[in-house]
Amino acid sequence: MSKVGVDAGRRRFLTLTTVAVGGAGVVGAAIPFLASLSPSERAKALGAPITVDISKVEPGQRLVVAWRGKPVWIIRRTPDMLASLPKVDAALRDPNSDEAQQPAYAKNEARAIKPEWSVMVGSCTHLGCSPTFRPDHPAPDVDANWQGGFYCPCHGSKFDLAGRVYQGVPAPLNLVVPPYRFVNDTTITIGEDQGAA
Amino acid sequence: MKRLIIALAGLTLSAAALANEGEALPFSFKPDTGNLASVQRGARDFMAYCSGCHSMKHLRYSRIAQDLQIPEDLVKANLMFTTEKIGDHIQTSMPADQSKQWFGQTPPDLTVETRIRGADWVYSYLNSFYVDDSRPLGVNNLVLPGASMPHVLWELQGWQVKPAAKAEGAAAEGEHGGSGLELAQPGKLSPDEYQKFTADLTNFMVYAAEPGRAGRISLGGKVILYLLVLTALFYALKKEYWKDIH
Amino acid sequence: MAIVPNPHKTTGLLGWIDDRFPLTKLWKDHLTEYYAPKNFNFWYYFGSLALLVLVNQLLTGIFLTMHYKPDAAQAWDSVEYIMRDVPWGNIIRYLHSTGASAFFIVVYLHMYRGLMYGSYRKPRELIWLFGMLIFFVLMAEAFCGYVLPWGQMSYWGAQVIISLFGAIPKVGPDLVVWIQGDYIPSDATLNRLFSFHVIMLPFVLVGLVVAHLIALHEVGSNNPDGVEIKKHKDPVTHIPLDGIGFHPYYTVKDLVGVGVFLIIFLGIVFFAPDGGGYFLEKPNFQPANPLVTPPHITPAWYFGTFYAILRAIPNKLLGVIAMFSSVIVLFLVPWLDRSKVRSIRYKGPISKIALALFTVAFAMLCYLGMQPPSPLYTLLSRIGTFIYFAFFLLMPFYSAIDKTKPEPERVTG
Repeated sequence: MSKVGVDAGRRRFLTLTTVAVGGAGVVGAAIPFLASLSPSERAKALGAPITVDISKVEPGQRLVVAWRGKPVWIIRRTPDMLASLPKVDAALRDPNSDEAQQPAYAKNEARAIKPEWSVMVGSCTHLGCSPTFRPDHPAPDVDANWQGGFYCPCHGSKFDLAGRVYQGVPAPLNLVVPPYRFVNDTTITIGEDQGAA
Repeated sequence: MKRLIIALAGLTLSAAALANEGEALPFSFKPDTGNLASVQRGARDFMAYCSGCHSMKHLRYSRIAQDLQIPEDLVKANLMFTTEKIGDHIQTSMPADQSKQWFGQTPPDLTVETRIRGADWVYSYLNSFYVDDSRPLGVNNLVLPGASMPHVLWELQGWQVKPAAKAEGAAAEGEHGGSGLELAQPGKLSPDEYQKFTADLTNFMVYAAEPGRAGRISLGGKVILYLLVLTALFYALKKEYWKDIH
Repeated sequence: MAIVPNPHKTTGLLGWIDDRFPLTKLWKDHLTEYYAPKNFNFWYYFGSLALLVLVNQLLTGIFLTMHYKPDAAQAWDSVEYIMRDVPWGNIIRYLHSTGASAFFIVVYLHMYRGLMYGSYRKPRELIWLFGMLIFFVLMAEAFCGYVLPWGQMSYWGAQVIISLFGAIPKVGPDLVVWIQGDYIPSDATLNRLFSFHVIMLPFVLVGLVVAHLIALHEVGSNNPDGVEIKKHKDPVTHIPLDGIGFHPYYTVKDLVGVGVFLIIFLGIVFFAPDGGGYFLEKPNFQPANPLVTPPHITPAWYFGTFYAILRAIPNKLLGVIAMFSSVIVLFLVPWLDRSKVRSIRYKGPISKIALALFTVAFAMLCYLGMQPPSPLYTLLSRIGTFIYFAFFLLMPFYSAIDKTKPEPERVTG
């Protein structure tokens, strides 16, 4: 074991090159393992768009369907309910829906394609509990100026009837409006954007 | 010691050669799943002629659309008869208990059929139906004697018969020697066209048995190239360090 | 509070650790200052390769377990699910299934190296015993894993192997039912084999590998000449004159082996994962059916030799005894070999012929174990079985009387 006549520079270069090339290979080999954790084709197939018949929903009622395993609310809002929306603007965190929590076609006061029909993912934007539907008002147990909306039982977050979040609660964002479209007046497809085939 | 290794290698090789002995099949078939047009035709024909009875319950329509480069709306319009959802598996509409009554057994799922029996077998099977009055459905098959499947493709192929003279030894002519069957009544397709038709079907079934095959082979080439470079580096590194050792 | 500084005089973070945990000591003891003979040849790649394959099996196994369902009704479907629906699932599965065969190839060659160069001789008996235990556990691990896809070969393989215990007089039949947890291999059986495969046996395997390496590093590696390098040390440094630091010299050399191995291994994974029907058997593409046995029911190739020995004996109990004995006799090799020299290089013609015959018999039995029974094959199996046992049981005699060549003082070449 004599190191006489060793070209230290060459040895260092070879070592570093091998480490770099080998390291790239290790990173490459990690890809299949990490990617295998993402949703499988089965999960994707189960998360495909769903079509819902809404002809039986009475005004003021809520229909809950599952899309990608999450509850999606379809609420047929009464004129009273819609009229309540501007009344709470001042108490809200994002009254104009500036945060991208809805598709562009639902960025309006009612956060809907047709104001009468609200479609929202029923998961609290705080930590994912499903808020309770509280259309009743006044409801002093929820809020002094309650006009109807949703109350999260886990950590007390409050949302109005368009899913807009109140100030002073843990939830940071409005409820999510999923992509959806009207197939006809009584049928909607959840998971597909308006205008998509 | 070297002699020993050579002897060992020789034994392994001869064992491998022996292991390749298969059953004698009338036809051999080299599948070509890279022939996209053929696999597409096979998919269409499978759905039209086979999927009534045979499911492919591990293959999704969406996978066919993606791998065979068929737009999803075309798949929906031309291939999907039992479902609306592109993410569904290929299921048959026939209830399993009833089909068992009709045929004596439930038609098997064909998703991985070519991995069980091989492409040669499937191709030979499709080309080896012949008229046999002793069978309940009046038809038999050279490679699966006593098969309970009717000759679904008879309209296309016509009817084959076993020539009386070599009725016994027809299949024993040797590996890939042809079926020895004679066409008694022609069908819509010429024998040549029918063979192409069954080739398409077999190609599709080979694809369906392992949709990831093309992907792994193309990835494999890149991986091996990378490893050649890496191994060359390892070798150079070894040479360099071992200069110390005398 | 003053502490005693670590003897390696390391400072900074490493020094902080070395004061509390023997990191530098472990590094030196097992890598830079573990002196291995400088004359390792081709046969010495397979130890590190076995470690590589073990890591591959553990890693791919962890990820397969995330998607596989140990349920008789769902297991087979879940394997197809992995093959089709899980992103990269087919590659991970093929890495694991090909890895199983690669494990045995590498381990068989590793064991063969030990047989050739007398690596089991004093003071390395425990290394050999730990190694044999690894081999034994590996066979159990492979059997359990083989059952998991719950295809036809899985099912009937489980049926046949578990039935071996039925050969034990008196308790046999009850024992089989107890092992299966049912009257036939069933959901209960699959579930317990799954538990063994992913929890118990890997634990034991890794533990034994650690013991194997600790024992090796205690006594030092043997070499193709079978001479002890510790006999000639540098008077000043006390480093064996024929020893070189494992790191960097053997790490860089083993990397070449790793590269070549990966080219072959991944070549199979990507281009021929079925291994010609030997790595993934055709009947296993059919879901398990307890009512129909597939026409050619054969064990996985790596069990072929032992299965052929089982079939060579025309008596159920004796066959089972012969099969288990064929594994157990391997444990005894350190005490069967009475030659004056370790390595086959310096042994006489009888030992060389005996090893050559054993090699041919082992390979022949491996082949015969996978073939359907026939009178000729049964005869050959009996001849092979006779040679197999004769090689070991006659070793105390022929190794003692065989002529030997003088061993060199120092390693050659």
